[in-house]
Amino acid sequence: MALRAGDKSQAARNGLKEKVLTLDTMNPCVRRVEYAVRGPIVLRALELEQELRQGVKKPFTEVIRANIGDAQAMGQRPITFLRQVLALCVYPDLLSSPDFPEDAKRRAQRILQACGGHSLGAYSISSGIQLIREDVAHYIESRDGGIPADPNNIFLSTGASSAIVTVLKLLVAGEGRTRTGVLIPIPQYPLYSATLAELDAVQVDYYLDEEHAWALDVAELRRALRQARDHCRPRVLCVINPGNPTGQVQTRECIEAVIRFAFEEGLFLMADEVYQDNVYAEGSHFHSFKKVLTEMGSPYAEQQELASFHSVSKGYMGECGFRGGYVEVVNMDPEVQRQMLKLMSVRLCPPVPGQALMDMVVNPPAPSDPSFAQFQAERQEVLAELAAKAKLTEQVFNEAPGIHCNPVQGAMYSFPRVQLPPGAVHRAQELGVAPDMFFCMRLLEETGICVVPGSGFGQREGTYHFRMTILPPMEKLRVLLEKLRRFHAKFTLEYS
Amino acid sequence: MQRAALLGIKKPFTEVIRANIGDAQAMGQQPITFLRQVMALCTYPNLLDSPSFPEDAKKRARRILQACGGNSLGSYSASQGVNCIREDVAAYISRRDGVPADPDNIYLTTGASDGITTILKILVSGGGKSRTGVMIPIPQYPLYSAVISELDAIQVNYYLDEENCWALNVNELRRAMQEARNHCDPKVLCIINPGNPTGQVQSRKCIEDVIHFAWEEKLFLLADEVYQDNVYSPDCRFHSFKKVLYEMGPEYSSNVELASFHSTSKGYMGECGYRGGYMEVINLHPEIKGQLVKLLSVRLCPPVSGQAAMDIVVNPPAPGEESFEQFRREKESVLGNLATKAKLTEDLFNEVPGIHCNPLQGAMYAFPRIFIPSKAVEAAQAHKMAPDMFYCMKLLEETGICVVPGSGFGQREGTYHFRMTILPPVEKLKTVLRKVKDFHIKFLEQYA
Repeated sequence: MALRAGDKSQAARNGLKEKVLTLDTMNPCVRRVEYAVRGPIVLRALELEQELRQGVKKPFTEVIRANIGDAQAMGQRPITFLRQVLALCVYPDLLSSPDFPEDAKRRAQRILQACGGHSLGAYSISSGIQLIREDVAHYIESRDGGIPADPNNIFLSTGASSAIVTVLKLLVAGEGRTRTGVLIPIPQYPLYSATLAELDAVQVDYYLDEEHAWALDVAELRRALRQARDHCRPRVLCVINPGNPTGQVQTRECIEAVIRFAFEEGLFLMADEVYQDNVYAEGSHFHSFKKVLTEMGSPYAEQQELASFHSVSKGYMGECGFRGGYVEVVNMDPEVQRQMLKLMSVRLCPPVPGQALMDMVVNPPAPSDPSFAQFQAERQEVLAELAAKAKLTEQVFNEAPGIHCNPVQGAMYSFPRVQLPPGAVHRAQELGVAPDMFFCMRLLEETGICVVPGSGFGQREGTYHFRMTILPPMEKLRVLLEKLRRFHAKFTLEYS
Repeated sequence: MQRAALLGIKKPFTEVIRANIGDAQAMGQQPITFLRQVMALCTYPNLLDSPSFPEDAKKRARRILQACGGNSLGSYSASQGVNCIREDVAAYISRRDGVPADPDNIYLTTGASDGITTILKILVSGGGKSRTGVMIPIPQYPLYSAVISELDAIQVNYYLDEENCWALNVNELRRAMQEARNHCDPKVLCIINPGNPTGQVQSRKCIEDVIHFAWEEKLFLLADEVYQDNVYSPDCRFHSFKKVLYEMGPEYSSNVELASFHSTSKGYMGECGYRGGYMEVINLHPEIKGQLVKLLSVRLCPPVSGQAAMDIVVNPPAPGEESFEQFRREKESVLGNLATKAKLTEDLFNEVPGIHCNPLQGAMYAFPRIFIPSKAVEAAQAHKMAPDMFYCMKLLEETGICVVPGSGFGQREGTYHFRMTILPPVEKLKTVLRKVKDFHIKFLEQYA
């Protein structure tokens, strides 16, 4: 029997004791944490799915979860080679099976040799299997045109999220006006705001420029920083490139300007680069912060502190459930780096299957390998389809009056701006919800389409957005976009 | 040191023995065949067409995959964990305890460590003298002290009774609590049963006393039960806190807030690398459960392959199923082997003058008390080391055996211990124990 908060007298009357852990006694920082990607709208989506299963009649036959960057949940197939190697690692008896290619077997044996007891079931060292970290270093070197990467500066992690949290934990200190401030983009991926709330750090917003394809403007960084210095000690600058939810791919000039700014202002740079394989637009290129930093030479190359993050969850792999990731740290104080390792060691190690997957991501079949042709084909197909869906999404949204979608240059989302009539804004206020939450809830109830309101990511005051993934299969996506467009038109009419 | 060995640098030993961490497979224990078969089928579903896998494994794999987004281990699951796996965990608990479990109270986690950290995080609040105090056993598994430190909570030590096989004494709980009330707000009581590093399996009476104490003093109970399958002493049995709580009647079972933890890392499975675990929460305020899911959602979900591993742990082959015989044999072999090694370790340590080892009733470790002569204590101080750290460093340098000093777990002032796992294969374990004995005798002579 559920007890309502504050119902203490009733509890006492029932002979039930007051609880130790209530909203009032819990960690207040945790209470402030919000994570919209799995927030109230998704909870409602789950309820609706439940109702559909129970045969309740709805204006739709299925709920479309376009709220989360989970490609395989939307039907994307895993890369065959990756799953073959992993299966061989999981059940090494298969090494004698004729159904697996030789190169997959070689990879599996190589990984297993590097594991304790030659098993994925042993803990690895806390920074991750040495061999795999070496492979990550080689990948980074190739990617960055030969700029060396040191395996000792690479830490495998439980998804990129856990490494991001670990680095932030190290950085947050001080109190009152010296409390660490962390600059984050608006709109942002709400892991950042959630973690800052949990760590009781100070969130410092800098606005991406919607008028210019969500570009990062250093003048805006400067404005944010100056204002922040009144009430905290800003020490960290977070950049998400390619962007989530915005999908922009920053130019090289922009990245150089950001690095220069970070150096001038004494900021630790965190570069979230999990979408580095997801670049679609003509003329857009991924430039890693590490590469640009190094090519800028002294003093940046040897003094600017940087942490870059990658993951197996995105790209062409979409292996979200395995929780694989890494962080590369550059110019970190060696004592602090030791502290980071100490912090990681409390949780023992990241999941070893995820580490194994990361190994294959950074060390895929080479052109001379038997599995290369199939691997290449699968990879190209996934990326080509994502590019096509990005284009389609942008196009359809921009044809709709009252919806404007910036180019989806990369990542996996569209983040269109929607005009909401004053009547709707008013109604939302009456209900005590953000106007775009109101829009998205109605969208969900009437079409079954689940997207996340822009208020969950942050946006300029008075503007409204939603984030929708581009992940549903092409035909389904086409249908979704059409339904959304029609719904928006109807909604606008209704509240005009 | 391992690197030195690899480089051919001459040492008084030929290999480093890692007896420091509870990692069975790293020490050669084989994974359970059925578990790995199901995992392989889930990882690469093409194998569902292969004649080399038994039907019952395929059935399990299909069931798990059906419950995953896109029928793939590669999708994020719900933050609380895959639904049908939570149902299976609930069914396991119900069978184990004869008391119903609600899947809604089950949260799958990234190893038990993740669940423990999350619950502690949510519990810690207040400032100054009202800062949350967390009662932990001394000796303890140092995840607790580390998390308490990270959360800036107050660590409240209660000493296990070495004279009585590391039993938990409620008078000692009371003493610790009363003292703590001067400088913090003690709200949480952590129990590790079976114990790590101590290996004791608490009696049922003890567990009832602890529950009563928690009820009286309004403490949130954390029951770390990851070694529930590792009970060796024929006089001991594992009693789950949940079961005892319910059997104590509604005054307790409706009121005491409890979180119990389990893991795929220990038991007979030893699947440490998969980071599988769960927690069952009892009597949590519904709004707190909502907060818990919210907090977990920021990290999206625990590794789905670890969730799948947990599913097989709680839902193993049943009698009559094709894989049952082999599964039963493998499980019994592992547990029988561990029981043998537990007894062997206890007996051999107790033959050494200056070493006393309490009965290894459960878990995976010996935590013998060692006598360190005063000259050695002085030498340690000169090196700015805890005496048992000094001892363990010398042990490592001279024999290649790596164990963890008792100071890492906590111990009564003036006593010294080390924690050694019982995981190396029997023959190697015998060699290790003999070497420790020889070292200890030499050490005593050296510092007489």
